Amino acid sequence: MKYVIALLLGLVTGAFLFAAGLIFNPFSGERALSPLSVTDAQTVTLSYSAAASDAIVFTNDGESSTKPYPEKVLQLWEAPIRQTWALATVMRDARNETAGYGIKLSSLSESTRLLAGQATVNSVWYVYLPGRGGLFIEQTENYWDYIRNIVLPAYRSAADIWKGTWRGNMTSGPGALGTAKVVGSSGEFANMQTDGVESLAVNVWRVDSGPIAADGTLLIELPNQSTLPEEDTLLELD
Amino acid sequence: MLGIAATAGALYALPLVDQHREVSYISVAPNGGNRESFHINIPVDRVMVGAAEQSTASTAGVDWPEDEILAAASAEMFKLRNERGDVVGVAARAVAREDDTDVIDWVLHLPARGTLFFNMQAAPQESGSRLGRLRSGTQEFEPLSGTVVERWVVDQSGDEDAPDGRIELLATYVGKLEPVE
Repeated sequence: MKYVIALLLGLVTGAFLFAAGLIFNPFSGERALSPLSVTDAQTVTLSYSAAASDAIVFTNDGESSTKPYPEKVLQLWEAPIRQTWALATVMRDARNETAGYGIKLSSLSESTRLLAGQATVNSVWYVYLPGRGGLFIEQTENYWDYIRNIVLPAYRSAADIWKGTWRGNMTSGPGALGTAKVVGSSGEFANMQTDGVESLAVNVWRVDSGPIAADGTLLIELPNQSTLPEEDTLLELD
Repeated sequence: MLGIAATAGALYALPLVDQHREVSYISVAPNGGNRESFHINIPVDRVMVGAAEQSTASTAGVDWPEDEILAAASAEMFKLRNERGDVVGVAARAVAREDDTDVIDWVLHLPARGTLFFNMQAAPQESGSRLGRLRSGTQEFEPLSGTVVERWVVDQSGDEDAPDGRIELLATYVGKLEPVE
């Protein structure tokens, strides 16, 4: 019997040691600067509040730490969308004035590999800027640094809260340099294909409500000329 | 050591995320390509409707920003169903008025499969339906081009708990054209 107990205790200790090594691994995470931060091209910078209560709408399965807002909004409880969350929010320009709105749809990704420091989320943005046009942004995001620097410390805290200053690039693909793929839809962005990066700056995160003081930023590079061929004709449908 | 190895092995072998997949009902279009039908029951599948001067009573407390810049723009968010009526994703429809023309875009997000982004024609067809072009796709839709037809179908079942109607989205996917070498 004592050998079984020793084996079980050894297994549990080993699991804890492995988890600690994974979380505190100095060789994992902390990605370098985004390539767009040193671009010579013109950029569009849009910011939004990442706190759910500042959104027009935030919804998920209703059981996550971040609660849906407004309270009565329809929740995404069905099995195929249970690991999905949706956000509609006001997008602000560099002068902190309303520039348009954005809708973000995100889902946990099956390519998540914690051993490789990847807590991956597939997400898309639709951003509409009145007077300028619409943009569709496709990206994979890596939340591993966010989890180990903010979420886990908040759970370890006696007050169930994390306070501090954390800033990180969330976008990890699909671009080879860790950039998002941006496709223009209308207006001055029509037929445009370019790159973008999303980053988060977090100051307060609570276990029972998620980010309280947090801002997101979308940085979109403007190409010098349109790169997507125009296709005026739609396929005939039967 | 055994505990470390077991934890590492479990993390390597077991998927941490496994998205639920409903069966996809895809048919072959007569002139090539694949066809898939989605629909949205109104109002039960509506997550959000955001527009200036809207009635907040019909929108679960959603307040559309009062900024003048957003006065000519509106956005809706829905649960998206497949042909059989199972919820398979989340969809967003954006409408804006630009230079006397409507800009209408659809985003269909299917977590287990990817996302479709359609840009719609401003003017509807004579039949009332509206055509759109697939501008971008992600994951399994990334190598595809295609179209979508959007139409509103009023419910005529007369059932007490029936929805007012449904938005039907008939997507047709074809492979992207590659230049001949």
